[in-house]
Amino acid sequence: MTTTSHETTPVLRLPGTAALAATVAGGVLAAASAAMSWTWTDAFPGDLTYYGSPAGLQWLALAGGLLTVLLALASRALPGLRRLSPSGSNNGVLFAALGTLAVCWYSVIAITVQLDGLVNLDPGGWVSAVGSLLAVVGALGLPLDRRTAVQQPAVAWWWYLVAAVAAVLRYGLGEGWALNAVPTGVRPIVTENLWFFVALPAGIVGFKLWLLLNAWLRIGRIERPLPAARALPSWAEILVITAVFAVGLGVVEFGISTEYGELFIGFLLLVVFGTAALLSSGVIARLRELTVRHRAVTTGAAFAAAGAFPFTQSGETYVLIGANILIFATVALGLNVVVGLAGLLDLGYVAFLGVGAYAAALVSGSPYSVFRGVHVPFPVAALIGALAALVFGVVIGAPTLRLRGDYLAIVTLGFGEIFRIGMNNLDGKSGPSLTNGPNGIAAIPDVNLFGFDFGQPHDFGPVQLGKFGNYLLLMLVVTAIVVVVFGRVANSRIGRAWVAIREDETAAEAMGINGFRVKLIAFALGATLAGLAGAVQAHVSGAVSPDQYQFAGPVPPNSAFLLAAVILGGMGTISGPLVGAALLFLIPAKLQFLQSYQLLAFGIALILLMRFRPEGLIPNRRQQLEFHEADVPAQGGPVDDALTKAGA
Amino acid sequence: MTTDTAPAPLAEPVLEASGVVMRFGGLTAVNQVDLTVRQGEIVGLIGPNGAGKTTFFNCLTGLYVPTEGTVTYKGRVLPPKPHLVTEAGIARTFQNIRLFSNMTVLENVLVGRHTRTKEGLFSAILRGPGYRRAEQESRERAMELLEFCGLAAKSEHLARNLPYGEQRKLEIARALASEPGLLLLDEPTAGMNPQETRAAEELVFAIRDLGIAVLVIEHDMKFIFNLCDRTAVLVQGQKIVEGDRETVQNDERVVAAYLGEPLEGTTTATEADQ
Ligand SMILES: Nc1ncnc2c1ncn2[C@@H]1O[C@H](COP(=O)(O)OP(=O)(O)O)[C@@H](O)[C@H]1O
Ligand SMILES: [Mg+2]
Repeated sequence: MTTTSHETTPVLRLPGTAALAATVAGGVLAAASAAMSWTWTDAFPGDLTYYGSPAGLQWLALAGGLLTVLLALASRALPGLRRLSPSGSNNGVLFAALGTLAVCWYSVIAITVQLDGLVNLDPGGWVSAVGSLLAVVGALGLPLDRRTAVQQPAVAWWWYLVAAVAAVLRYGLGEGWALNAVPTGVRPIVTENLWFFVALPAGIVGFKLWLLLNAWLRIGRIERPLPAARALPSWAEILVITAVFAVGLGVVEFGISTEYGELFIGFLLLVVFGTAALLSSGVIARLRELTVRHRAVTTGAAFAAAGAFPFTQSGETYVLIGANILIFATVALGLNVVVGLAGLLDLGYVAFLGVGAYAAALVSGSPYSVFRGVHVPFPVAALIGALAALVFGVVIGAPTLRLRGDYLAIVTLGFGEIFRIGMNNLDGKSGPSLTNGPNGIAAIPDVNLFGFDFGQPHDFGPVQLGKFGNYLLLMLVVTAIVVVVFGRVANSRIGRAWVAIREDETAAEAMGINGFRVKLIAFALGATLAGLAGAVQAHVSGAVSPDQYQFAGPVPPNSAFLLAAVILGGMGTISGPLVGAALLFLIPAKLQFLQSYQLLAFGIALILLMRFRPEGLIPNRRQQLEFHEADVPAQGGPVDDALTKAGA
Repeated sequence: MTTDTAPAPLAEPVLEASGVVMRFGGLTAVNQVDLTVRQGEIVGLIGPNGAGKTTFFNCLTGLYVPTEGTVTYKGRVLPPKPHLVTEAGIARTFQNIRLFSNMTVLENVLVGRHTRTKEGLFSAILRGPGYRRAEQESRERAMELLEFCGLAAKSEHLARNLPYGEQRKLEIARALASEPGLLLLDEPTAGMNPQETRAAEELVFAIRDLGIAVLVIEHDMKFIFNLCDRTAVLVQGQKIVEGDRETVQNDERVVAAYLGEPLEGTTTATEADQ
């Protein structure tokens, strides 16, 4: 690692006020374009043909434009707006402008390509494109935090050769002459994957362009200590937190209920750049200070926002997605006990969800259950699910937790698969009759608690809560339980022992920690929490079958996605896995229009996330502390101390 | 073997190692070592690099199971499991610092209190009054220890962000948190400047005054002779002499094997072991 130095200079040398004026004007234009028609036909999804009534992507342009204008004005310390940019960095302005540019140009290009030609653009489309470009140019003229030098990894010349050959081949395959050279047996494989011959050169050229752009922009990050916040009265701070969660609910709701792929992509672009902008401007750090100060209020607001979600929906489609996100997120939080706190790499965690789901399904009164007559109330079923998972966790953990590192990962991976295959075979033919084999246990009756039937819609004053709304709220209770358990245990004697084991097992043992014992407790607790979530999952989906519990697959939850949610979200935190799981659920679900490229795009998204935010979306308190203590130099080892000892 | 020249009225032995042998394949790293540490003593263990000092420590603390020999603590044979040794009352530090680097200073010390507290999973979830009292006491005790070692002001810092000398102190504080009767220090002043070394000396004396016996591995002769009531010299796995300053300094085998050679303190930094 070489240390890089930083400077604060503009990329484009513009007169100061001109740069600011351009940014603001561009932002205003982009925002205003939302009120104009972007295209004259309603053939483009979302119907962007109206004047004075924004729709779909236009809302995003409006939001991006406004954010750009606000941050640009805040950077000039406009009274009242100063709070929007406590770090004083202009990078936030640039990110906001880039986000607006991405949304506007993506829309304009999508319209042009889908409707075949620039003629389909209405003035609004042109205004948005020109305005957002103007904003970016202006922002590049502001003094930005930049690195003084950028290390350029070289792209070897033969990569260009590969790109050229691939491009020629693509042309040749299209013309037919290259196809004739391909053996007939392989021909269909080639013709079905023509995209590869485009993607490869595009990737290589794109990478080179990115390197050039990076070398030109040299955008960096200067850690500036935030000035002490002007004290607000407590109620105002709480109001701010509430407002933030209300906005957050709005954003998440917008994302969940995007109806077509283009809108979701636009949404994703704006969210990514918008988050980067708010991070640079220091607003997020400020909000974190607030949430730390008002922890209970924050937690309450988060749960209230999640609980309010089903009431904002008229249909059930997106409520089901919400309930499934909650299930996935809760299981990810359970996994965070094992991976994030105790540092045990568990690759078969989804099996515990499965154990809980199966156990609850067996006693749910389903006609397909071998215990046909047994129908216990839901709380008992949930308890049985949790206990079954606990037992399973201990049975798996006891022999395997003596292994360290990679071995544990491999063994848990094996056990996860054994569970799935076992459930497949316990059908009365290949093994004892218990699980109905691949058909699973279907027709699980709805939960009925104290006469409240979760399968029926219920009226709450003016709003109605449908079946999945009921389950979402039920799941929210389980999530709350898991959050409380995680929060309390993480900050206790046993939680500290887990972290110590994760940090240095030998030293932890030497401090009196029985490593095997505390690891087994972590494993068992993780399993129990997953089992609890599994009991709800069985009732939400109404059926359990072995193929729901795979190591990897396109649909979460599966072990690989759970692990990704924990790592991407932030290991050892509560909100990290919840946010990570929400994104990991939404992105593949919303990218379905990409069909076979869905997983490819998802993979690329993961790589980008790891590249730009390796510590996870929400780094944990410890990493945050490290952040704050950056000014305390960590001193080196005893290397230069031989001299002082020479007098011995 | 030189006879034991400890003070005349012999105090109770805390640690008794007899005939400890540790073989790694063909290499005998520790060969028939006997050592006794008594109540209130500070005992030094010196020897050239690779003499087997750290290996001997590892045998005492259950990190290695000795090939032969027994180790008793206050008359009880120690089980060869590190956490049980700590629970019995022996705490240690490591030659190359092994802190929990992503935990705060306070949390490191709290981990040290693991064996002296017993709140389990359920009390942590339920957070009854008993749990809160125990947690509070633990925190107070840990803060006292940090005060004792001069780290109280940095209790909320991450361990890895401490300067080197303070990391060594923190390791000692963490070891003390387990309320040991015997503290094993493996090169506690490695990497310290002269002032820090002197402060460490004071700290070891203060620890002895708490009634804790100390066994310390060191390269710094001045440090050892200032500090220790008794010093044992290990060369190639064997204890060649044990006694007070004069006995050790005047022993020709020590001079030949150790002092006569270039001081090996110059290579400490590159040494890698437990
Ligand atoms: N785990 C091990 N496996 C094999 N050899 C070891 C092991 N630990 C230590 N040794 C060897 O034992 C000898 C004594 O090492 P050590 O106890 O670290 O010496 P000291 O602490 O006195 O410098 C060295 O030769 C070392 O290489
Ligand atoms: Mg050593």
